[in-house]
Amino acid sequence: MASKLTRSTGAGWAFALPGFGLIALFIIVPFFFAFGLSLTNQRLISPNPTEYVGFENYRDLLSLSVITLEPERDDSGAVIRDEDGEIEYPRVRTITRSDDFPQYRGMREWFRWQSAETARVVIASDVVFMKALVNTLMFVLVVAPVQGGLALILALLINQKLRGINIYRAIYFMPVVVSIVVVSLLWRFIYDGNDGLLNNLLSAITFGGWQPVDWLGNPDTALGSIMAMSIWQAVGFHMVIWLSGLQTISPTLYEAAEIEGASKWQTFRYVTWPGLRNTAVLVLIVITMQAFALFAQIDVMTNGGPLDSTQTVVFQAVERGYGKQDISGGSTISVILFLLVLTISLIQRWLTREK
Amino acid sequence: MADVRLKNVRKSFGAVDVINGVDIEVEDGEFVVFVGPSGCGKSTLLRMIAGLEDITSGTLSIGGTVVNEMPPKERGVGMVFQTYAIFPHMTVRENMGFGLTIARAGKEEKDRRVNEAARILQMEHLLDRRPSQLSGGQRQRVAIGRAIVRKPSVFLFDEPLSNLDAALRMDMRMEIGKLHQQLEATMIYVTHDQVEAMTLADKIVVLRDGEVMQVGTPMELYHNPANLFVAGFIGAPSMNFLSVDVSEVADGVALVSNPSLDPVRIGSVKQPVAVGHKATLGIRPQYLHPTDPDKGMLHGTVALTERLGAETIVDVAMKDGTKIIAALSEDRMLDPGTEIGLTFDTEQAHLFAEHP
Repeated sequence: MASKLTRSTGAGWAFALPGFGLIALFIIVPFFFAFGLSLTNQRLISPNPTEYVGFENYRDLLSLSVITLEPERDDSGAVIRDEDGEIEYPRVRTITRSDDFPQYRGMREWFRWQSAETARVVIASDVVFMKALVNTLMFVLVVAPVQGGLALILALLINQKLRGINIYRAIYFMPVVVSIVVVSLLWRFIYDGNDGLLNNLLSAITFGGWQPVDWLGNPDTALGSIMAMSIWQAVGFHMVIWLSGLQTISPTLYEAAEIEGASKWQTFRYVTWPGLRNTAVLVLIVITMQAFALFAQIDVMTNGGPLDSTQTVVFQAVERGYGKQDISGGSTISVILFLLVLTISLIQRWLTREK
Repeated sequence: MADVRLKNVRKSFGAVDVINGVDIEVEDGEFVVFVGPSGCGKSTLLRMIAGLEDITSGTLSIGGTVVNEMPPKERGVGMVFQTYAIFPHMTVRENMGFGLTIARAGKEEKDRRVNEAARILQMEHLLDRRPSQLSGGQRQRVAIGRAIVRKPSVFLFDEPLSNLDAALRMDMRMEIGKLHQQLEATMIYVTHDQVEAMTLADKIVVLRDGEVMQVGTPMELYHNPANLFVAGFIGAPSMNFLSVDVSEVADGVALVSNPSLDPVRIGSVKQPVAVGHKATLGIRPQYLHPTDPDKGMLHGTVALTERLGAETIVDVAMKDGTKIIAALSEDRMLDPGTEIGLTFDTEQAHLFAEHP
């Protein structure tokens, strides 16, 4: 029925305006702002006028090089070794600070490997950003499959007609409702190195044989701890998405499979999983995007430390843009993150396309 | 091939009894139709035979083996569902070969059996399509094909034609009939459509509220209904029921009448009736013939005439306010308001002690 209200485009726009205006103000405009600012040297507060600097911000973030170091030799030409028998190399700064190599100026060592006697050193103009990038990718690579898989298992368990199953549904979903900041604070206590719940628990299980670990203070365990907690926190959300997918599969298909003699695993393989295709794509893309946006946990729990072992891309963007008041640098990171997520989402969509 | 026997089978969901002690014998190679109004338990009964529902008590045997506790796959049944239940992400070939894939049969055998089933159902050209590219009738054919491929000893059909349009339903009905002749397999077919039941069945089981009302060949049910329910359920338009007074009973023949019915003697007395009591006289609309108002045994006025071409349905208002329907096998216009008399062959009328 076309009433006067629905035909009048003016009224329609008037109703849409508040929402549309807010979206424009806080999402669309900043999106284009980020592109613009990443090409300038804009700072948050600065007396100097803003200048256009081209892709300098991107170069400062992404420049990478590999340099080769020959071992130090004594007069006889023999390789000099230190007390542990390790080969001694000239310091990297002899190259990055040398006027002979202006192209390496300001770069620092990221990591190195040794082949025969020569050492190859990867130097980056922004080592912290590189670490953040690697950490973020690691986080995505671990969290996306583990969280998606766990959520699916929970959904399959929940999707049964049992008495009181709703209680479990609620329990698994509860962490999703709690603010991530609160969850992060709680888990900081759980992960505490001295008197944390996790250490106490492990110690109780092993009858005191467990050596307490400072989960968030140790570079080897910090990122893993944050991964585990993040997986736990959002698994309930994805469980619900899987559940909605499971419930769209017609029960008669299961009955048909049962008549044909399919085992539980065969039923899952031939009926459930193909029926979840679209849900799987959705869950994978959502988890990937959320994982790339990792920030609150880092901000509350580790601040990027220890030894930059939990630096992430978004944390760096905020740190730079507001912490160091380098808005153009923060914007550049945002743009890089946007392109990264876009690329990966497109690849995922292509891989999971309808064949 | 196998026979199916149900002995005192019951099913309850909690306190609700859905099937109340059913005894049915399905012979090897027989086509049996379970028919009844919705909620009569016919689908539940079929699902119990399939193994999709537990049997609360009683015994179910297929081919001489009690299968109460067996999972569906061990019962050797194939089932066709109302909603087809074909897998949307598989091609027709994969759908039909699904049972063999599950049983890890070789590719050659699978191909051979799928092709054979496709030939029987005349759908070889559809094998590489996906279900979304098929019409409703073709989808149901795929579902039937999937059942055939596994060579089950008993075929179960759960209202397979209900989702199809009228024209297609008739085609598929005939195909299923042909299929039964070709395969000579035991088939149990559930429907609420009495036309399907009448045309397909060797034996019809009429169910109501989880109880068997009557078992018999289609013609037995049509010509000799055991009770009012079966009499009213089988045949279209439904049998007319007249409340009559019994004034005489002798040698199984009763003399009955009512204000608009002249006294008639009815030989087909289905249930014992007593003199002085009310009884119900059932006459099929097809056996009523119009005549002059002063002739015939029934008297009334024409209320409505529906002309279908080869058949004319006449609604007649009787003197006592009841209505009765006559189906004339000719095209004939009877103006509403005309007084009319109706005659019928008393051999074709049935007398029941029950009241509708």
